[in-house]
Amino acid sequence: MSTPSIETPTETRSTIGQNVPRVEDRRLLQGQGQFVDDVWMHRTGHAHFVRSPHGHARIVSIDVSRALSLDGVYTVLTGEEAKEMCAVPFFQIAPAPAAALEEWPLAVDKVRYHGDAVAVVLAETRELARDAAELVDVEYEPLPAVVDTVKAADPDAPILHDVVGTNVAWHGEYDWGDIDFALQNADHVVEIDRLHFHRFSSTPLECNGAVVHWDPGTNIVSISSNNQMPMFASMVIGPTIGVASNRLSFTSQDIGGAFGIKIGSYPQIAALALLSKKAGRPAKWTEYRTDHMLSAGQGNERTFLDTKVAVQSDGTILGFKTRAFDDAGAYLHYEPLGAVIWTQVSPGCYRMKHVHVEYTETMTNKCPTIPNRGYSRLQHLWLTERIIDIVAHELGFDPVALRKQNYVQPEDYPYETPNGCVYDSGDLPRSLDIALEMIDVEKWRAKQRELGHGSGKRIGIGIGSTLDSGTNNFGQARIVNPDLPFSGNGEACFAKLDLYGEVNINLGTTPQGQGHETTAAQVVGAILNMPPDQIQVTAGFNQQQNTYVAFSGTYASQFAVTGLGAAQGAAEKLRAEIIELAAYALQADADQIEMADGMCSVRGDAERAIPYIGIANMIYSNNAVLTPEMRDRLSLNCRHVYTPPFQVPDPETKTGNLTLTYASQIHACVVEIDEETGEVKILDYAAVDDCGKRIHPQIVEGQVHGATALGIGAALYEAFEYDETGQLQQASFYDYHALTALDAPDIKVGDIESPSPFTPNGAKGMGEGGGAPLHAICSAIQNALGPEDAVVSDSHNPWERVWTLVHSGERGEARGVKVTSR
Amino acid sequence: MVDAGTVQAVEFTLNGEKTKATVESRQLLVHFIRDTLGMKGTHVGCDTGSCGACSVIVDGKLVKSCMMLAPQADGAEIETVEGLAQGGELTPVQQAFHEQHGLQCGYCTPGIVMAATFLLRRNPNPTEEDIRRSVRGNICRCTGYVNVLRSIEAAAQAGRAGAEEAA
Repeated sequence: MSTPSIETPTETRSTIGQNVPRVEDRRLLQGQGQFVDDVWMHRTGHAHFVRSPHGHARIVSIDVSRALSLDGVYTVLTGEEAKEMCAVPFFQIAPAPAAALEEWPLAVDKVRYHGDAVAVVLAETRELARDAAELVDVEYEPLPAVVDTVKAADPDAPILHDVVGTNVAWHGEYDWGDIDFALQNADHVVEIDRLHFHRFSSTPLECNGAVVHWDPGTNIVSISSNNQMPMFASMVIGPTIGVASNRLSFTSQDIGGAFGIKIGSYPQIAALALLSKKAGRPAKWTEYRTDHMLSAGQGNERTFLDTKVAVQSDGTILGFKTRAFDDAGAYLHYEPLGAVIWTQVSPGCYRMKHVHVEYTETMTNKCPTIPNRGYSRLQHLWLTERIIDIVAHELGFDPVALRKQNYVQPEDYPYETPNGCVYDSGDLPRSLDIALEMIDVEKWRAKQRELGHGSGKRIGIGIGSTLDSGTNNFGQARIVNPDLPFSGNGEACFAKLDLYGEVNINLGTTPQGQGHETTAAQVVGAILNMPPDQIQVTAGFNQQQNTYVAFSGTYASQFAVTGLGAAQGAAEKLRAEIIELAAYALQADADQIEMADGMCSVRGDAERAIPYIGIANMIYSNNAVLTPEMRDRLSLNCRHVYTPPFQVPDPETKTGNLTLTYASQIHACVVEIDEETGEVKILDYAAVDDCGKRIHPQIVEGQVHGATALGIGAALYEAFEYDETGQLQQASFYDYHALTALDAPDIKVGDIESPSPFTPNGAKGMGEGGGAPLHAICSAIQNALGPEDAVVSDSHNPWERVWTLVHSGERGEARGVKVTSR
Repeated sequence: MVDAGTVQAVEFTLNGEKTKATVESRQLLVHFIRDTLGMKGTHVGCDTGSCGACSVIVDGKLVKSCMMLAPQADGAEIETVEGLAQGGELTPVQQAFHEQHGLQCGYCTPGIVMAATFLLRRNPNPTEEDIRRSVRGNICRCTGYVNVLRSIEAAAQAGRAGAEEAA
């Protein structure tokens, strides 16, 4: 440790790793945030969508005359009209035959889910728009619906998209290692008939919204929205509505939670653009909660059939084979990317060498899915965690010891998985030890033994082991469709020294509460040696100002790598320019220049100094003092695009490095089950996070809390369920029980730091969390059941399901599991 | 034909200021506050009185402003989140949320801050159970409530310390 002295004023202003006050808080705490519904333009009309009450139906006719006759109704746009205004349908990621799917901004000819939008009304007030929407007369001819993903794959099932000719959106085989050899030679084979991961959503508290103005003067389509991946949205909607990307202008400031769900608002935004064009005025849409539940997008539901696990008698798990059926809902929004994204974590946290998954994604008469926190990996991690617990339950292993034995070990990193992904760093066994210590596992084990039969209560201890893979290589899209010209990833940042020597940072990362203004200022402050509160980070996103990077945004646990990597690069370029200009002004060598607190000085000679205002002055308003070469080259406006070191994966073998970092979260929990009611109470809960170098530990801890609470809610309360006609049963917070302060346990958070060797700052993206509470709670319920009892086979465990598990009289293979030992 | 209803004049006090307006009889108080008065701090998170993002204080009582019609505010004293900090100085409740990371996206925050303010006015010494119950009608999807509860506890402690100092 160096001692600061007057002679060497190199005292660092770095706040990396410190909980500096969040910059965003003051405005948000005083109601001064700028959310999408706070945006207002002159002549704005309010939009309201007319939605299908049917799961599947033919549209016979639409009559808008009663709606138009209301005073104050500006216009109504129907699906047919919208289609006529469009150039092409939305682009599809899927290969043939699903590539033929035609989706337009509003439904045409048919509705395919409860909530599918058939028309949109624009009126003077939000109340009037809603009234008018009720007066749009739509005649439907109901059709049989299919709501089960396995049944949807059946050739006899009702077909959603006739032009595709099948409900199968994607089908493929992933085969790494040699699972058949492993199953033939393993000491034990454990077979599990059916595992089901249910549908839910993080339901951000702010619903979707947008104010869209097709400006007839400039022909620019301005879109103030809370879409969280606007670069992707413009890629999709631009060609459809026939607007070049340089005339699309997405902006956003504060976003009221998103969790992936807000990637999905692009069809509505496209419809609003057409509505605005038709009406000749801005169209403002603020989604109602019921509309959000029906149509904003839900998480992926996945069913695993005929899972077979190869296990050695010493507990080594060799690998597994399964048939996965994923339910994409009625249209493919971002899908079928989920059909490959899970392969980032194909063996979970374990050293399994043989993985075989026959993967089918189908379309059903349900709300389209959209990436939901932990997208596609949490379903698969739930499978690997169920495999561990069911193997332990059936073969009599201790679930803790079995995990530790099969985890990727600390000395294995960088660890290459059977499909070529590289786990960068970590210490899973130690994380588990810390988590178990935090819940005082020995105390609860003793309590478990004390609680005899007849007490009416059971205690279960559960573990959820997850990887939070971050910074996607979009080359993985080629594994689902080799014709897609995608690969890599990136994020851009501008760093500017402003007129009076201020530092301005411009990032386009659409944060939704992750504190990007704060952490970017920390990173830049460390490089420019100034306190973060003196650095202005422009909030939000502006398409006309930010550099185009297709995969920019806040999703897939990437900001700490991509966003902060970009900020670091831009700040380093700015620092180099400042130093060069200071050296020129002070007639010193660049390596003699020190910078601190907005001042550059010559080392050892404090008298020779120039403030940033003087440096800015040389570029902006006094540039004749510079050499022509310097004038050409220096601007104090420095841009950096961070790109991760990826290569294009191999679509043939379906292998490659699909993601740069692997944060881990190991959770441990204790539950008490009431045998009479099936109620599950959480008695203790701990989460141990390892996301490498932490820039702002308090923000990291907040992310762990949030991911944990959403997972607990999903495990015990939250589910989207459809009846056989495709009616959604939970379309408001009355039926969809979001976790409340009365349900939420105190969450203990522990941490270790295993820096990533692959990132600019040692940090790993984090925040999604891998769905660990779903795994941990299922694991705890399993642990509370006796050795002969049922296996936990559903990710959603409300009271009635748990009661059934406890009271099921089924034994042996009737439970849906079978063990063959040799 | 849809009847948009009648309009009526209302007079009330908003964050200490006397205000007059004409409202549609059927307009919800929250839409009146946001759209007519232009006070954007009060948020809407559901249509059903479930989430509490629109919580305000009306005549000293905590109210979900989507569960009240605008004309019912006639003669009332309304406090919204904009009325809390004076001269840019955060209240102890706001300060505690800032220090304890009691907010992330900030969308539910105004409602939760109003609920916490209401609790501590009535009960400066809340138990943990009191604190949990005070925000049971507020949904937060970011924080898991852990730091929300810590923030309210910290605000209560700060309030007690402040009271001792004054005494």
